Amino acid sequence: MLKKSLFQKPENRLETYEKIPVKGEQKQQGPEIPDNMFINCPSCRETLLSADVKENNGVCIKCGNHFKIGVRQRINMLLDEGSFVGMYGDMTSRNLIDFPGYDKKLEEATSKSGEKEAVICGTGKIKGSSAAIFFMNGDFMMGSMGTVVGEKITLIFEYAAANDLPVIGYTISGGARMQEGILSLMQMAKTSGAVMRHGEAGGLYIAVLTNPTTGGVTASFAMEGDIIISEPGALIGFAGPRVIEQTIRQKLPQGFQRAEFMVEKGFVDAIVERKEQREYLSKLLKLHSKEMLV
Amino acid sequence: MKNIFDSSVYEADESDVRAYKRVMTSRAKGRPTGKDYIDNLISDFIELHGDRHTGDDPAVITGIGKLKNMPVTVIAIEKGHSTKEKIKRNFGSMHPEGYRKALRQMKLAEKFARPVICIVDTSGAYCGIEAEERGQGQAIAENLVEMMRLKTPIVSLFIGEGGSGGALGLAVADKVWMLENSYYSVISPEGCASILWKDSKKMKEAAQSLRLTAYDLKDLGIAEKIITEPENLKDFKRIYYFLEDLLFDEFSKSKELSTQELLERRYEKFRKIGRIQGL
Repeated sequence: MLKKSLFQKPENRLETYEKIPVKGEQKQQGPEIPDNMFINCPSCRETLLSADVKENNGVCIKCGNHFKIGVRQRINMLLDEGSFVGMYGDMTSRNLIDFPGYDKKLEEATSKSGEKEAVICGTGKIKGSSAAIFFMNGDFMMGSMGTVVGEKITLIFEYAAANDLPVIGYTISGGARMQEGILSLMQMAKTSGAVMRHGEAGGLYIAVLTNPTTGGVTASFAMEGDIIISEPGALIGFAGPRVIEQTIRQKLPQGFQRAEFMVEKGFVDAIVERKEQREYLSKLLKLHSKEMLV
Repeated sequence: MKNIFDSSVYEADESDVRAYKRVMTSRAKGRPTGKDYIDNLISDFIELHGDRHTGDDPAVITGIGKLKNMPVTVIAIEKGHSTKEKIKRNFGSMHPEGYRKALRQMKLAEKFARPVICIVDTSGAYCGIEAEERGQGQAIAENLVEMMRLKTPIVSLFIGEGGSGGALGLAVADKVWMLENSYYSVISPEGCASILWKDSKKMKEAAQSLRLTAYDLKDLGIAEKIITEPENLKDFKRIYYFLEDLLFDEFSKSKELSTQELLERRYEKFRKIGRIQGL
């Protein structure tokens, strides 16, 4: 086979004078800009100041596209200041089935995210209404569900059932965690059992689906909320889009599996923008509070 | 004589038969499918169709029949034998309406106090546009919740492939029994290899690492029984006889439990998986 480089035009200094910087010579440029000062919105292609977006809760100030935000920022955004009390925060995963490379992955995820697992549980208040809450963490192995994630979510539902609290759960997940094999899959059944028992005790469960919520999490507690809401544009599905494309060997239509599509198909109650969520959830909690029944 | 099927007798051989070989066997041509089990275990079988919402999923056969003299509900994923049949059955990959069809039959079983036998053999729930549109995730999730509180005994029998959520959607059961060469996994070995190692040829390593054989599942406390298989497929008759007795005994025993006890045990079976001690 001929080398590809044979077909490339030779570099001619006279032609490409502007493009190629000569060694040692500084390229003529404006003031230096730090890499992360601006971000590009993938939706409207606008260049935005990172600080502006951060201040706007990770939402594009031009088109309203919802960027990913850190789990701690979400907690601060949603709950009354200082009301959050973390629970089961010391639980860490172990390599239960000796899966190759899992220990290293866990270490990396811990140092990268600064969290011990892919879900944070606890209690908190939203405009004065108490709730048990869980926030999945997409920065920890893509929010995948292993035994610890399953256990923590089960525990928080059990706690809420015992203490007569509603549960608000934010999901973001690539699905069950492969590295824990069948034990991960079983967490789908386990968490579903806990959701069921919390429900039978009369508890309210609101699931908030964020981008992306897929696989075993969609096929268990994400779809089991009494009320299911979603952030705009969030990908929600059982099989991921790439897997579907490989299976059916055709391109998926625009907007397929997005939150708007899920509302249209009847699987999500409403789309609620990030900045509205606190107000929205507070209203729902108040409507379900025991005092309202008197 | 029936003791030859006792799992302990064959366990010693496990080390020299690799996991991938079992996966291959579970998919082998000519291996009995769900319908073969119905034909051999159940008499007076009456097939009942449809989920009452969307349609009838041919990938799963549901109905009522007799196990010895006991009325039972049977829900069996069917892959089909011939190519034509396989296409008709969608290769045993269920759509959401399949899970809803199964759930409808389970609810009927509960109403008339019939035990439920789920026969599982699927590479996974179907991934396609219609399956997503009709809520594959929601359908499976609903089955997990409803099976957890179904007030009648459930046994899930894995006869071949046990692919992820698609299998679990029929396997929140009091007892999970597996044929010796069946597997049950969070992801197919091919899928695991291509996602983790970007190389679907590493399937053998993936199969071994995922711990997906019946023996692994028993070690991990997820399967209760392993049904050893005869070397020759023609001798499968013996398995049917054995299973008939086994299922009948199991359901007779569970009749002695109160509903509350039955449900408590089922909950606990799944609750204990991955429980962290000392909390």
